[in-house]
Amino acid sequence: MTIEPIVQGRGIVKRYGHVTAINHSDFDLYPGEVLAVIGDNGAGKSSIVKAICGAVQADEGEIKIEGKPVHFTSPLQAREMGIEIVYQQLALSPALSIADNMFAGRELRKPGVMGSVFRQLDKKAMEKFARDKLTELGLMTVQSINQAVETLSGGQRQGVAVARAAAFAKKFIIMDEPTAALGVKESRRVLELIQDVRSKGIPIILISHNMPHVFEVADRVHIHRLGKRHAVVDPAKISMSEAVAIMTGAMEPPPVEEQQLVPKAAA
Amino acid sequence: MSESASKGQDYESSLSAATHQVAEFEKREGFVYKLQHGLHTNPALVPLIVLVLSIVVFGVLLGSKFFSPFALTLILQQVQIVGIVAAAQSLVILTAGIDLSVGAIMVMSSVVMGQFTFRYGIPPGIAVVCGLAVGTGIGAINGLLVTRMKLPPFIVTLGMWQIVLAANFLYSANETIRSQEISEKAPILQFFGSVIQIGSARLTYGIIFMLLLFAVLTYALTQTAWGRHVYAVGDDKEAAELSGMEANKVLVSVYALSGLICAFAGWALIGRIGSVSPTSGQLANIESITAVVIGGISLFGGRGSVLGSLFGALIVGVFTLGLRLLGADAQWTYLLIGVLIIAAVSVDQWIRKVST
Ligand SMILES: Nc1ncnc2c1ncn2[C@@H]1O[C@H](COP(=O)(O)OP(=O)(O)O)[C@@H](O)[C@H]1O
Ligand SMILES: [Mg+2]
Repeated sequence: MTIEPIVQGRGIVKRYGHVTAINHSDFDLYPGEVLAVIGDNGAGKSSIVKAICGAVQADEGEIKIEGKPVHFTSPLQAREMGIEIVYQQLALSPALSIADNMFAGRELRKPGVMGSVFRQLDKKAMEKFARDKLTELGLMTVQSINQAVETLSGGQRQGVAVARAAAFAKKFIIMDEPTAALGVKESRRVLELIQDVRSKGIPIILISHNMPHVFEVADRVHIHRLGKRHAVVDPAKISMSEAVAIMTGAMEPPPVEEQQLVPKAAA
Repeated sequence: MSESASKGQDYESSLSAATHQVAEFEKREGFVYKLQHGLHTNPALVPLIVLVLSIVVFGVLLGSKFFSPFALTLILQQVQIVGIVAAAQSLVILTAGIDLSVGAIMVMSSVVMGQFTFRYGIPPGIAVVCGLAVGTGIGAINGLLVTRMKLPPFIVTLGMWQIVLAANFLYSANETIRSQEISEKAPILQFFGSVIQIGSARLTYGIIFMLLLFAVLTYALTQTAWGRHVYAVGDDKEAAELSGMEANKVLVSVYALSGLICAFAGWALIGRIGSVSPTSGQLANIESITAVVIGGISLFGGRGSVLGSLFGALIVGVFTLGLRLLGADAQWTYLLIGVLIIAAVSVDQWIRKVST
């Protein structure tokens, strides 16, 4: 039995001037899984997920989503397909409130004439939704949903970005180092959230440097090295130190037939 | 893992106790901190306070000579043009840009309205629409150059200022259309000069238009998605784009709207001076930027309220008239305005500190 991947990238190349950030890399995300992506700084992890969601455009290669080739020119197009991403740089507008940030670019308007003719925002509805989502995720306690994001701590900001992605994703979520600024407690919440989202059948791409986290939640681990997919391993069959050794080039990856290029269920 | 998580919770609880203490400490410093916060959420408060204070001070010094419906509405008449242009400038500055072509667009639009009517015999109502379209078009070109060519707004509008001003002189052949001629043949061009007299107060349609314009822009900026996007793009364009806003569309709309508002200012200018003069309004650039800065809008973009610019323009008007009535040399006005500009930017820096 073969399962069609949600995302299938083949021979992706991305150059920034003279720097080749992604060098003919493949990428696969399968339904229902948590795919961790690990790799050294500068290996091209952020670049490849950005190429998938349209934040940057690949120079070569092919990306298919549910079997259909896509050529996103802006992250908005990916979003319209139900793809959400938590950027490493978070992509929040500091001066806007938490609620405004959650609804950036998909604001709700008031019902009736005020909304359709006068384009008035339904602030109440957006605030309620934002408050509910944050509480539901138990990510943090904030004084007010109308607080400007710039008044929040780094961890709270990350919480807003994660909540935004989780609230709106339909197809899959990309999280680029979502726990980097979080305390131990909040990191735990994010890991629980990842399990939650997976149990709803929405797959997740998780970029992280935190090996215990990766090994706890991932179904497969994509090891990225020098702009390429170096190996995909099963976290149950390999230790954290082996994964790190492969990632840094200190150890050869296992032979392809022992890798986990497709999930066990699909194999 | 669970062990480290519970350790983490201990760590967290001691941490939250620590933050609490800091918060209490800050509360002891009470008033200043609250003020800073209040100003952060209501950026138009400072210029409003300065405006009220300056009206009070000149009122006390000059009595009814200043504090009368006649004098106060005279100030409104004198600031209407700068006020309208400052509204346009505010929008652009909120996006972290600057529009140096506002004055040139204003004059060009008024010249188009006049010349289309008198040179080509086009019905004046249609000539007005043409003038508004020209202003919007020039603004849109600014926006396209900023977004498509990725040129800095300062450079784009510096160039556009020269181009439009030169085009204005070439096209009009430096020719003024006289007031009398306009009021006989095309009174609609002077529409904004019409006066509503209430006792000794003189309100022109231009003043009313300016006030309505600020009301509409305040609504659009605070109550619509477009307004949220204007602030977000000015704050951090890349973040706005990544979070799903169409930053370039927002920018083009802002520059085009700025052009349209400047064209309205050109129409109001005909009402104010009666004639169509290609040499008028040369100071509109610097005066509008002054009003915006005194009004507390940050030149770094993303912060401030458009109402602040109205207060900023009024402050300049109050100082100008007040000092003139006191018999002071006009240079004192410029000197004080210079002080106000520097003070306003210092306050802006101080308010920003609250966010860190
Ligand atoms: N916008 C950019 N402009 C130029 N070089 C970039 C840009 N983004 C990333 N790079 C370069 O591309 C390479 C891969 O970066 P990145 O994808 O961020 O790696 P990672 O997320 O794995 O740390 C690095 O060498 C980085 O310096
Ligand atoms: Mg990265």
